[in-house]
Amino acid sequence: MKADPIGVRTGTLYLDGDRATAEGAIAAGCRFFAGYPITPSTECAELISERFPEVGGIFIQMEDEIASITAIIGAAWGGARTMTVTSGPGISLMMENIGLAIMLETPCVVANVQRGGPSTGLPTMVGQADVMQARWGSHGDYEIIAYSPQSPQEAFDFTIKAFNMAERYRTPVIVLLDECVGHMVEKVVIPPADTIEIEPRRLTDAAKDEYLPFAYGDDLVPDMAIAGMGYRFHVTGLTHDERGYPEMSVRCQEWLVPRLVAKIRQNADDIIEFDEENTDDADVVVVSYGISARVSRMAIDLAREKGIKVGFLRLRAIWPFPEKRVAELAKKIKSYVVVEINLGQIYYEVQRCAAGRCETLLSPHAGGGVHDPEDIFKVIEKGAKVK
Amino acid sequence: MSPKGVPEAVIAAVSSEEHPIAPFLRMDRMPHIWCSTCGIGTAVKALVAAFEKLETDLDKVSIVSGIGCTGRVAGYVRLDSFHTTHGRPIPFATGLKLANSELTVIVFSGDGDLSAIGGNHFIHAARRNMDLKVICVNNFIYGMTGGQAAPTTPLTAVTSTTPYGNAEPPFNLCHLAAACGANYVARWTALHVRRLTKAFAEILVKPGFCFVEVITPCSTLYARKNRLGTGLDIMKYYHDNTVIEHGAEPADTDIVFGGPIICGKFVDRDRPTWLEYQDQHLGEVLGDKYYRGKVLQGAGER
Repeated sequence: MKADPIGVRTGTLYLDGDRATAEGAIAAGCRFFAGYPITPSTECAELISERFPEVGGIFIQMEDEIASITAIIGAAWGGARTMTVTSGPGISLMMENIGLAIMLETPCVVANVQRGGPSTGLPTMVGQADVMQARWGSHGDYEIIAYSPQSPQEAFDFTIKAFNMAERYRTPVIVLLDECVGHMVEKVVIPPADTIEIEPRRLTDAAKDEYLPFAYGDDLVPDMAIAGMGYRFHVTGLTHDERGYPEMSVRCQEWLVPRLVAKIRQNADDIIEFDEENTDDADVVVVSYGISARVSRMAIDLAREKGIKVGFLRLRAIWPFPEKRVAELAKKIKSYVVVEINLGQIYYEVQRCAAGRCETLLSPHAGGGVHDPEDIFKVIEKGAKVK
Repeated sequence: MSPKGVPEAVIAAVSSEEHPIAPFLRMDRMPHIWCSTCGIGTAVKALVAAFEKLETDLDKVSIVSGIGCTGRVAGYVRLDSFHTTHGRPIPFATGLKLANSELTVIVFSGDGDLSAIGGNHFIHAARRNMDLKVICVNNFIYGMTGGQAAPTTPLTAVTSTTPYGNAEPPFNLCHLAAACGANYVARWTALHVRRLTKAFAEILVKPGFCFVEVITPCSTLYARKNRLGTGLDIMKYYHDNTVIEHGAEPADTDIVFGGPIICGKFVDRDRPTWLEYQDQHLGEVLGDKYYRGKVLQGAGER
């Protein structure tokens, strides 16, 4: 289906990444937002609070981030497309209920505008150290989908994608911005509503007495009922059978949890997104994402000027990770250089997939600012010298 | 032949193969996990009786529970039912209700879930006068995890984490709800089935944050540790020690170990709900630009 024009501000706007995320959400049909103020994400909530009354959305500022994530899960079961936005300390508080959204297979979107951590860290300054938390932060086994925009335009585009994937796979999806992308103001082109594809909710059409909330087909995603349709269904955060009833047994755990993981893994090729440049003859491939990808470009240009054959793999979706492509490229290059504003997160993921077929080097940054391109260049230079 | 003095209808009900409230329950989930003489089942029965009394359209009722013994209620009633995380049924229910305001949303959970880990959500939902029907089964203890102290445990009561007696003052949940702005506040015990049913019937049709505290026995843990006797002894205690005082000042209804239990409807007022206030205020400020206002007006004109 196409986007509802009422929520689409078609035209060319100048927006920061936070506000572009808000516009993306409204364009994607988000009509329930619960949030709690936290730097550097608050501009998103502020714009939603301003825009929602005119488009029929409900904005509520909750008492904390735990309430915010739980309210958007509840609202999704009431039929709404829902989002919350936060940053480091808030995303840590949300982790338990991201697990609830996973377990109840609830479509919803969580934007995390990353700042420096740990703890209160650097509230107004950039970080990219929540990448592994996005993947593993809630307890138990699960898979996650996460996008990493490098510009306000992508914040808009990827937020729409996040809503669509949340519906397609009935899962929470994370938009992992960073403070730089969240606060940089750039041109954002919002297309006409009838060019924006919106994934409809997978509502069940089963007979009332035959509906099984967690029965599934080939794509492993069950059809959903929402409250008030008359199905009188039950869902629980406990391990549950296809009726949605709790069953604490090894058998039921094995029936449920591997499918929750497989519905993402089996469909990973549909979700994975990356840009690849100049990898054909590359000795070194830079892997980066978010604001660091843009800084990396300057270092890559510098290296190319000096005659180093550098390719670029820019992650648009971070999770699921493009394991196959990273493994393939590892066979023909000397080294990977991973550029990220943390002390090694995607670095380990690249190293795992390269599996010793090439070197993996890290250009780290502890947070609070972006890399000096010279520093990245030095690591690229080192990578080119690998025998 | 009927036993002397027992009405035929009662005989018919108790001798029927199907439990009278079976159509409201997920019978394929029986037997339930609750101990004998637990008061949670009584509270569920009273809720069902209220549905019957009002002839509620149950397709439009959702029930949300947290974690704990009472948290299991959502799993046993045949409604759209959500068993959420510990302490979070109120924010979950808030989202559910605001996404579809046609729904009647009941939060049915325990004292630990709603007032300890979920205490912050409780006070803010009451402050907002969110249109939720909050039923709190208060057995003064964490039952599911083995009888630990709760924010409701009376001073001096023995629990598995206060083996020498509780030295922390408890919350008076009715006082808390009333002070925060709830539209309706009442307390009954598991003995007061008819009054409880009446209270549930009232809150099901009353807008705003409605709170009913149900004092119940936990004979397996609380009563055993405090030598309060069997479930029947506790019912006798409720019978002998309940003081019904409608309109009592909630601040004066504290529960003291071994003392009287003040029950009744303490608050019944009509503050606008969260959504009513939003619609009114945003409608005034934004006029025709307020989308929900146009929709609501359209619905009225039809």
